[in-house]
Amino acid sequence: MTLGRPDSQWQLGGRAWSSRLIAGTGGFRSLEQMERALIASGTEIVTVALRRIDPDAEGSVLEVIDRLGLFALPNTAGCYTACDAVRTAQLAREAFETDWIKLEVIGDDRTLFPDAVELVEAAEALVADGFTVLPYTNDDPILARRLEEAGCAAVMPLGSPIGSGAGIRNPYNISIIVERAAVPVILDAGIGTASDATLALELGCDAVLLASAIFGAAEPEAMARAMRLAVEAGHAARSAGRIPVRTHAEASTPEQGLPELS
Amino acid sequence: MRVELNGKARELPAGATLADAVRAAGAEERRGIAVALDGEVAPRGEWGTTPLAEGSKVEVLAAIQGGAEDATGIACAPSRRTRR
Repeated sequence: MTLGRPDSQWQLGGRAWSSRLIAGTGGFRSLEQMERALIASGTEIVTVALRRIDPDAEGSVLEVIDRLGLFALPNTAGCYTACDAVRTAQLAREAFETDWIKLEVIGDDRTLFPDAVELVEAAEALVADGFTVLPYTNDDPILARRLEEAGCAAVMPLGSPIGSGAGIRNPYNISIIVERAAVPVILDAGIGTASDATLALELGCDAVLLASAIFGAAEPEAMARAMRLAVEAGHAARSAGRIPVRTHAEASTPEQGLPELS
Repeated sequence: MRVELNGKARELPAGATLADAVRAAGAEERRGIAVALDGEVAPRGEWGTTPLAEGSKVEVLAAIQGGAEDATGIACAPSRRTRR
């Protein structure tokens, strides 16, 4: 990154992307609402899941994604073991004709925190099977390093629990992950409002992934636009090189040339 | 022939293939659909030539809006899902 000149694009999985916002597609009241929000967000990558087919379902999320020209990134949401996640990824590869997978291996359904042991095992198996693996992980720098060493194409630490909207609870750990990672870092989970997304980019994350913050907002389309601007602002600020934090004041107006008025 | 289709018992004619099960589940052979037969991924190109047997377990899955925590019916082992 060159200071003062924001990169317009970033690299993920060997491809260049312009938007630094990855959007979930779940939770919207209708496909129409989802479509308007996705357009407003400026996103290029959206996550989708696989479930038993509902013959009565009206419309298809994939039709909307294809019409908008977005990349459908399948996830392994709902998987609790490495074995489940690997099998779900293989099914997703068949369904979506992509070897990209957002890997989620959940520890329990109350916190939805990743199960670190199962996650690393699944990541190793999927990398060996030729997948481009994007793992949802804890904000743990050592685990992030292990996932990178396993061959993952990015690491996606949580800011706080999925859907909590509690923001980035440990910005220090996110900074350490960013400092050490040679792969893109994508802040995944916990973003509640625009300033959370901005902070992620200011901390040096390459992108954010969010869903609840948009679909749960009173006006999803308006919040999607806010998130687009937030991500752009955060990246621009990071690129511009912020001032150091000081305890005391630092005047910007020179003291020389002050008149003597008494 | 009785098979288990997306968790429900289903009667299919003798000689039915995986492609017949996919249609019976209400799906078409298109992008966004994946099929597992007895827990193993079945490539789309083989649906028409893969015979079913009495008691076969077929899962027909489709793309949904991402993230819901519902069952896929393809769990490998007893789930570790716990609520603490």
